[in-house]
Amino acid sequence: MEFLAIFLQTVVSEGTGLAALGAGVAAVGAGIGVGRIGGSALESIARQPESSGEIRANMIVAAALVEGVALFAIIICLLVVLK
Amino acid sequence: MALNLKLTEKQPLTLTNRLKLTLVFVLFTLLSANSFAHTDSISHESSHEKTTTDTSAAQDHNDHTEATHEDHKPKFDAGEMIIHHISDAHEIHFFTLNEGKENEKHASIYLPVIIKNESGFHVFNASHFYHNKKDITVNGKHMHYYEHDGFIMFEEKIYEAGDTHPVFFDSEGKITNASVLDLSPTKSVVGMFITILLLVLLFGSAARKYKSNPNKAPSGLQGFLEPLVLFLRDEVIIPAMGPKHATRFMPFLLTTFFFIWFANILGMIPFIGGFNIMGTLGVTIVLATIVFIKTTLNGKAYYWTHIFWPHGVPLPIKFILVPIEIISIFMKPLVLMIRLTANMTAGHIIFMALTALIFIFGQQSAVAGYSIGIGSAAFMVFMYFIELLVAFLQAYVFTLLAASYFGSALEEPHH
Repeated sequence: MEFLAIFLQTVVSEGTGLAALGAGVAAVGAGIGVGRIGGSALESIARQPESSGEIRANMIVAAALVEGVALFAIIICLLVVLK
Repeated sequence: MALNLKLTEKQPLTLTNRLKLTLVFVLFTLLSANSFAHTDSISHESSHEKTTTDTSAAQDHNDHTEATHEDHKPKFDAGEMIIHHISDAHEIHFFTLNEGKENEKHASIYLPVIIKNESGFHVFNASHFYHNKKDITVNGKHMHYYEHDGFIMFEEKIYEAGDTHPVFFDSEGKITNASVLDLSPTKSVVGMFITILLLVLLFGSAARKYKSNPNKAPSGLQGFLEPLVLFLRDEVIIPAMGPKHATRFMPFLLTTFFFIWFANILGMIPFIGGFNIMGTLGVTIVLATIVFIKTTLNGKAYYWTHIFWPHGVPLPIKFILVPIEIISIFMKPLVLMIRLTANMTAGHIIFMALTALIFIFGQQSAVAGYSIGIGSAAFMVFMYFIELLVAFLQAYVFTLLAASYFGSALEEPHH
């Protein structure tokens, strides 16, 4: 109980540890998102190989959008660490 | 090659003449830039201010022990180096000779500083700041700031110098000086002008070729630009807003795409000062604001009813949906801005972190530094390829989303 109180107090007052954790969770989110995009793109190419060019273009666009959200979280964590 | 540019008779602006003019301009710029690049030594004998705040009074004995380490090169701070290289600055810093030693020389182009406070405008060369470095210890951390003529610059932000002490820090180590309105052309502004010049030269020459001979097959520069422009028009803009409105928005969207792309590429060229144009929030917020203004001004009745009173939605859900839609009017350009800035900054941080890794290991031993350097450099080359793709991709995604927002604002009800 003591330990939990000290731990929480340290972590909340100096947020760098939590921010690093947040960055890690954001990376997990990006990994899951882009992984799903890549997976469904590969499945669709397997189903219809002649449309692989279109699918590739759309996959890259969707990956950029998902990465944007993950990078939003990274920016917040960076701001916490640096300010 | 004689510079045959007689100004008396009307010369047709052929490609060779334009190339000659461009060459003259570039040479002139380089020569004059060289004259602005000072290689002066930073005066380390300027006063080392040992101002400590109340909270660090207990660490006075630390300062005494630290005073003996004043002449040694400070321990390499990776975080500070990374932040310094991705931020905007009032100088374009090329390299430093004899770093940490007495005859330290910086080779940079110092940009003018234009400040406005209550007493009016102040304009001076940033070299006055950068040659007047003062050290200070706040809460046990060594920091430095620059001072000149009643102003101080701390972490590349300009504040007014205090009356008694130049800098004031509160208990958390945050600076509490009065801030001023900083209108100076910083490194990102210079980078933007370089990008603009590149755009004007490239597209101007291609457009002139098209104008003078419309039915000729494209050649040279046109062969590079035409597929890109046509790709954007046919695959991005027309699917987003239909052929009727496309011509109205194409200039802005094409300019945005090429401006972002070229600015990103410029930021990746090494040894020219390290530009991070799209990584400065000040630039992307302007682009996002323009997209926001254009969608708002061009919104048709269907667009607004779609947001504030969507058709065919049950009433309880309307109470949830309408606030979300109202927030998304502002969130969409905001996310555009953050996506672009974050992607570019993240790329630069990766490069800087890999470089900092070499220096961190090099502090332990030179051999460790060199061996890490080989792996780090190889990985950096690989990351450069990815960042080239990201540079193009972020420009493409920005343009795609801007076109889609314009398209949704101009949408006709389809029934």
